Amino acid sequence: MTAVLEATGISKSFRGLQALRGVDISVEEGQILGVIGANGAGKTTLFNCITGNFPPTSGTVRLDGADVTGQPAHKLAHRGMVRTFQLMRPFHTMTVLENVEIAAMSRGARGGTARREAGETVERTGLGEWADQLSGSLPAAMQKRLELARALAMRPRVLLLDEVLAGLVPAERAPVLDLLENLRDTEGMTMVFIEHIMAAVRRLSDHVVMMDSGAVLATGSADEVLTDPQVVEAYLGKEASDA
Amino acid sequence: MTTTATPRTSTSAGGGLTGRLTTDTGSQRSRGDYVVLAVFVAVAAAVPFVLSASDMAIANRVLIFAIMGVGWNIMAGFGGMFSFGHAAYFGIGAYATAYGVVVLGLSPWLGMLLGIAISVAAGVGISYLALRYKLTGAYYTMSTFAFAEALRLFVIGNDALNRTVGFTIPVQQGSSLVDFQFPAGSPWYYWIGLGLLGMCLLASILFVRSRPGRFTIAARDDDVAAAALGIDVLRHKLFAVAVSAAITAVAGTYYVQYYMFVDPEIAFGAAASNDAIITAVVGGTGTIWGPIVGAIIMAPLSDVVTGFLRTPPPGFEWLAGHGGLDIILYAVILVAVVILLPKGVYGTLVSRRRKS
Repeated sequence: MTAVLEATGISKSFRGLQALRGVDISVEEGQILGVIGANGAGKTTLFNCITGNFPPTSGTVRLDGADVTGQPAHKLAHRGMVRTFQLMRPFHTMTVLENVEIAAMSRGARGGTARREAGETVERTGLGEWADQLSGSLPAAMQKRLELARALAMRPRVLLLDEVLAGLVPAERAPVLDLLENLRDTEGMTMVFIEHIMAAVRRLSDHVVMMDSGAVLATGSADEVLTDPQVVEAYLGKEASDA
Repeated sequence: MTTTATPRTSTSAGGGLTGRLTTDTGSQRSRGDYVVLAVFVAVAAAVPFVLSASDMAIANRVLIFAIMGVGWNIMAGFGGMFSFGHAAYFGIGAYATAYGVVVLGLSPWLGMLLGIAISVAAGVGISYLALRYKLTGAYYTMSTFAFAEALRLFVIGNDALNRTVGFTIPVQQGSSLVDFQFPAGSPWYYWIGLGLLGMCLLASILFVRSRPGRFTIAARDDDVAAAALGIDVLRHKLFAVAVSAAITAVAGTYYVQYYMFVDPEIAFGAAASNDAIITAVVGGTGTIWGPIVGAIIMAPLSDVVTGFLRTPPPGFEWLAGHGGLDIILYAVILVAVVILLPKGVYGTLVSRRRKS
């Protein structure tokens, strides 16, 4: 199989700070890649470089084989690569439904079609009851779902999720995981997700990359990476390994 | 998926800097806006039958303030780009009209189109440079101020534009819609101004309903999220600037045809920018109708202050001839509104009505 998304040798410097050091990741169509690592490891910076928030200092990003390095975020979104944010970014003066409708409109849906599609996505992500609420007044957990709903309304081929489960209680995580699994299994959606919840990483990931200090420390299946002594030492801790 | 939290029973809260946006974007509400616009224009058209000739001067001033406020509101209220240089677009509209009429012998209506074209090109050009190179927030605001000041100085130093003297529109006999000239005290000035305001309000409503308008509002709320959802933030912000500049240029044309005079200070001075800002802020930024409310409050107040300075009452003779009091008063009002009514008068009223 060929990689849908491939980032090679991605480095990023912010003046004196080397945030990324030659990171390589690759994800094949219909697969889910988990990205783990401690805070400050460079995971979100990697997302920002891949999705066009800012260009990498060096390295190449390929989407469907085409070099898209440094292309602006809005162009990459229209090429099918859409992301969510760790810190939620709702259009706070709009309702939940209007937020999602903006995404549907951006994809090209018009008028009533955009609204209908937005409504369906809102229902699918469990936000139906909140559809008419101002998004800025939503609880954090609902704002997380809104991030996901907006991204899904773009009907992405590659979806990058930045800690989409953060802030959710266990009962709230399960339906989100079910949805993501369903998106992969029934729609063949390709995903890259940053996550700190190891149960979710184990359940969803076809492949895992562990980052440390801006570099890839380990890569492989979830079991391989999560039992790697270096990963245990650098990220999970001895207690987790023993548990 | 199921939810474990429950939503509040109330729906979208209104008001706020952009409170009406949550409703203005809905087609049903927008249809309501069209009805309100029609009723507003119909009722306002009767004003000349009610007010005296001297009061009509204030009514015309309200129209100028309102058009400027509507224009500024597109860019700052809906677009999130706080301009302190709308005098640039007002001045270009005024000077293009005056130059067209006096020097080129054009109809003022053609002068207005010329002013709109130049304003749009100037606004988009300067904003492109500013936004392309990440001048945001206060830095963007300062760039707009600098642009207006640069234009003022350019005109002052330009012989072709009569330097500090400016232009006086030659008076013609009789009434002429084509030449936009009527006898002093004619209600036609008001009716034409009202028609122009109506068109500007219509443009504002259409903008808020349109895809570019909604994308602009999304980008104002969060430009990073908007870009991540495929919205070309720069392009849509420039579209908002273009609409804003065009509307503000219309105010410049109306001003010069009504007062029949313009000079660099009137056209490009900070006072013109102040008028646009305070009208929208007092009424309620990011709302369709806020600038109208602001103009109805601020234009008569401006007239009162001007009269007060021209002929101060006993005990205040020392104020005679001291310019700048109006600016001080505006500043006080602006600060008071920002602290006490951050949503503006209209925005606050809408917000309270929805909560009750």
